[in-house]
Amino acid sequence: MSTRIEADGSSKAPRKKSYGPVAGPTQWLDDRIGLAGLAKKQMRKVFPEHWSFMLGEIALYSFVVLLLSGVFLSFWFDPSMAELEYEGAYAPWRGVEMSTAYASTLDLSFEVRGGLLMRQIHHWAATLFLAAMLVHMLRIFFTGAYRKPRETNWLVGLALLQLGIVEGFAGYSLPDDLLSGTGLRIAEGLMRSIPVVGTYISFFVFGGEFPGNDFIPRIYVAHVLLIPGILLALITFHMLLLVYNKHTQWPGPGRTNNNVVGYPLMPVYMAKAGGFFFVVFGVTALMGALFQINPVWVFGPYDPSKVTAGSQPDWYMGWLDGALRIMPAWEFTVLGQTLSMNVFLPGVALMGLLFGVLAAYPFVEQWVTGDKRVHHLLQRPRNAPTRTAFGAAGITAYGLLWISGGNDIIATHFDVDFYTITRALRILIFVGPVVAFIVTKRICIGLQRQSAETVLHGHESGVIVRSPDGAYSEKHVPLSAEEAYALTAHERPQVAALPAERDENGVAAPNNALQRVRARLSRFWYGDDRQKPTAEELAEAHSHGHADSELEPADEEFQGVNELGLPRRH
Amino acid sequence: MRQLSTHRRHPLAGVLVLLLGLVVAGGLYAAAAPGSARADSAGTDADLVAEGRELYLTGCSSCHGQNGQGILQREGGQYGPSLIGVGAAAVDFQVGTGRMPMAQNSQQAPRKEPFYDAAETEAMAAFVAAEFGPGPAIPGPEYYDLAGVSDEDITEGRELYLANCSACHNAAGIGGALGGGRYAPTLEGVEGVHFAEAMITGPQSMPVFSDEVLTPEDKRNIYASLREIQAEPASGGFDLGRVGPVGEGLAGWVAGIGALVGFAVWIGKHSVRASKQ
Amino acid sequence: MTTHGSHPADGSSAGDSANLPAEQAHPDERVEVHAGDPVANPGLGSHQPRPTDVDPAAEKRAERQISLLFAISALLTLGFCVAYFAIPRDAVLFGTSALNLALGVTLGLALLLIGIGAIQWAKTLMDDHEMVEMRHGSGSSDEDKAEALAAFEQGAEESGFGRRSMLRGTLLTSLGVLGLPAVVLFADLGPLPGNAPRRTVWAKGVRVVNDVTGEPLRPDEIQLGQLVNAQPGVFYEIAEGEEHPAYEGTELLNAKAKASVVVVRMLPDEIVNASSADKGVDGILCYSKICPHLGCPISLWEQQTKNLICPCHQSTFNLADGGRVVFGPARRAVPQLELGLDDEGYLIALGDFAEPVGPSFPEMYQD
Repeated sequence: MSTRIEADGSSKAPRKKSYGPVAGPTQWLDDRIGLAGLAKKQMRKVFPEHWSFMLGEIALYSFVVLLLSGVFLSFWFDPSMAELEYEGAYAPWRGVEMSTAYASTLDLSFEVRGGLLMRQIHHWAATLFLAAMLVHMLRIFFTGAYRKPRETNWLVGLALLQLGIVEGFAGYSLPDDLLSGTGLRIAEGLMRSIPVVGTYISFFVFGGEFPGNDFIPRIYVAHVLLIPGILLALITFHMLLLVYNKHTQWPGPGRTNNNVVGYPLMPVYMAKAGGFFFVVFGVTALMGALFQINPVWVFGPYDPSKVTAGSQPDWYMGWLDGALRIMPAWEFTVLGQTLSMNVFLPGVALMGLLFGVLAAYPFVEQWVTGDKRVHHLLQRPRNAPTRTAFGAAGITAYGLLWISGGNDIIATHFDVDFYTITRALRILIFVGPVVAFIVTKRICIGLQRQSAETVLHGHESGVIVRSPDGAYSEKHVPLSAEEAYALTAHERPQVAALPAERDENGVAAPNNALQRVRARLSRFWYGDDRQKPTAEELAEAHSHGHADSELEPADEEFQGVNELGLPRRH
Repeated sequence: MRQLSTHRRHPLAGVLVLLLGLVVAGGLYAAAAPGSARADSAGTDADLVAEGRELYLTGCSSCHGQNGQGILQREGGQYGPSLIGVGAAAVDFQVGTGRMPMAQNSQQAPRKEPFYDAAETEAMAAFVAAEFGPGPAIPGPEYYDLAGVSDEDITEGRELYLANCSACHNAAGIGGALGGGRYAPTLEGVEGVHFAEAMITGPQSMPVFSDEVLTPEDKRNIYASLREIQAEPASGGFDLGRVGPVGEGLAGWVAGIGALVGFAVWIGKHSVRASKQ
Repeated sequence: MTTHGSHPADGSSAGDSANLPAEQAHPDERVEVHAGDPVANPGLGSHQPRPTDVDPAAEKRAERQISLLFAISALLTLGFCVAYFAIPRDAVLFGTSALNLALGVTLGLALLLIGIGAIQWAKTLMDDHEMVEMRHGSGSSDEDKAEALAAFEQGAEESGFGRRSMLRGTLLTSLGVLGLPAVVLFADLGPLPGNAPRRTVWAKGVRVVNDVTGEPLRPDEIQLGQLVNAQPGVFYEIAEGEEHPAYEGTELLNAKAKASVVVVRMLPDEIVNASSADKGVDGILCYSKICPHLGCPISLWEQQTKNLICPCHQSTFNLADGGRVVFGPARRAVPQLELGLDDEGYLIALGDFAEPVGPSFPEMYQD
């Protein structure tokens, strides 16, 4: 802190100390925009360190790569459906009628030097952007980082994920090749399935019948201006909230709910996070150089009568496509209105269901647990077994839908019948998440027990001793204070008690039914947890003749524990 | 193996033939096939048909029937389909690509190393064409000879390919899934004559594309475009098996997210500490 | 313990007291309380120096290594520029575009080395004493809240918004009505559907022609087990005095998106659906190629099972049985086109499809 820049020199007497070459320009700038007040606070802002805190950064930097490569592409890409006869560098399509959009994509791939690289960087970055958002979201979920006061940022994050999916699909649609046209064909079918207004929505979006002339220019504006603008604004808000509420941290020695321990933005995170941007850009560029993605020239210009085997969307739409594949053929006509539930439920409603459940989850959990307190410390997944189990069930369902989305590829590569895969998945989609829930919850509780054992008795040493009277016992290595604290620095959740049937005057309590539901849910939530040992249990365990059965720590240079309570080994 | 079969001049009883056929095929192939060069390639048609008959009765009739009528299963399904009117092209395709004889009775006869050599295949084709009624003959080079193919021809072939073939065989020709565990095979490494025979005869699940609808020239153009797709460089790098977005998504998650999470772990890891202060 | 933050680390305080909030904004907003903690918070551990902190030689070596990374990065970037001009666009290396490979590898590695260098710099050479910063409550202080509310109420009071109900009512109405143009203005995004989704270009007398080549089809040209991917002849026929067919460009694509068909042939006694057989000619049947599920072109024709499969979602239709759905998410049979012969013996349609083609839509069965 001793090097903090004091730039508001106008009100203070000039100091003798020199601040180096930046003092002059910053002085000039601050006299006009006065940012020193903000800068002095934020420059040395502390961020805690853990690898999982970098996942959101992957998404952020992929977005920057997308902006940079996208600007490059926009100089050549021409989002027009005007037909032309291709006369470009890729010989097999010369002389063929195609849209200007597809022709300019071919030009970008074969005539503009670096164009193919930028196209592939853009597409890989989109893949990574969405994947990183998803794993970032899973990290937030499994560590309980969405709890108060961060529910707002959880919702902002969900909006970002949804917009990212729409943005990705729009980009996939732009080149007007056979795959993107097939994807749009399906999207048009999804629109049509919306009850009552479906046909109108389709006609308004496509400017008439599919495919029409208007869609590509319209989706282009959405892809390069509208959605990126909203994304940019929401990302800014997301990060401002992060800065305002400060980052969460793992509990541990010296790390409490009202401090944050870590390294300063300037210089450590300037270098680490800034460096990570270059790493993300570099990895994306290497992928663009080494792995071919979306070779549009292979598929040819879109023609609604042509299709290729293996017509799939990009991975983030794969689960929706999978849901469409395993859905039974439910379609009804009621009062002249045809309701295509075989399309609407998996194609439109499922997306709403997923994001509805995700958006509601923090609030449902708050209600059930009655925990409306501020949390800045993360929870280990094992210490929230029910939440972790819900997460595992969700991942299982998502994974099964993914498998369904690639069932034709799986059929040929693993020599199975895709009818069999589909039939199995129609059952597994219900059974799998339940099994995953139960198994995960049991595993979490087992891990809780193991942690409690470790706290009470120390690490197992594997050394068996026989006492003079013949009893065998294992020696344990006692925990260091740091390690023991890290293993117990979490809450002791309380099951909500069933409300009294009647109050002391014999009057039925209001809201009783709702409260009873809550109490049952609370028992379901916490009832099976292995609570961390109490101080009494620990004292009891230590007084139980441990003098014999404890080993000295083998590692004389014990160096504390990391965020997860494991001893640091260097 | 042919030497063996020429010694066995007299047609034996059907059951014995079947049993011997299995034993011969299974046991002696490895020893006999590689060395058995054809002594006199110029035989008369009748000789060829006779030789084909021997091979047919030994190797094929157990499934397709002694008169090519096919054998029905008790449940009503086909054990081996009828060969009446399939013609020489079908035999040359099925046997020449190793699909027949099948290794086991299954949904699909996969391409494998041919069991019979070219001369034996020719004899069987001649026999089936002569005895089981007329069918498509083995197509000539006008179906697949790529000399003199122009760029326009390749472009036309590409369009025909996408209209007629890519739904099953994929735009890049790597094949794709069909129902019931069947699949459209990859077109990688398919010889021109076999390509043309498949289109003409419609083997297994594949439909027929007759010469009247897709002329020999159309077929040649499709073949030329296929060769072009298979020969052209994967401009963007390693092609990830050309299976499309599924492979790309997998690569993005495994290589991309995998590498970046690896870097994140490195960034978050405590660096080495000194032992001295 | 070294404290670099502006606040002292409170690691010395132990257990529950460390977890108490700095300020209690509201009784319900208590922060985490770890009741009955068995182990007291031992506080931040002491700082352990790195080799580069205590060994000047190691420090110098690390600096040299990182500088080397940056220098190589600069060279690679220069290499990128050289490759851009030196490598022809169509050069091939390792079965891929040499230009793409060279540009991507040089750029990717150059960026990666900058990133790795910067991170390594932070990890080995920058001060790595952990700092402690105190948190604050996310909500505003009670005074701020009260002042903000008071300011708002004063403003509202001075505006008279609460009192002047007529002003308020008319203003809200006028603002509310403004929502209408925001909707109305978009009415011209597209025409109303009308009857368009039910119609295709097929009509009595339109020839069934082979896709791409445009050749008309005669029954004797179509063999058992054959699949013909076909289109209406009007896409190819050029009327007298015209230079182009009637359908071109987007109009052609729009029409194709509904009119594409497949023509198959099977033995007449293989066709189990009599009315379906009647719509064909000698076992030649013509079905829509557009999937009634979501509109993908269905042309995976398994000639042995008589199944037509959609490559997108694997809906399977039995063409020997009137296009009935035998598997998959599609509900409706794939529509059949009634075939006939014209004077010259070519296959023609005898009218449009009886059923709407392509994905279902709400008004599908309305008149």
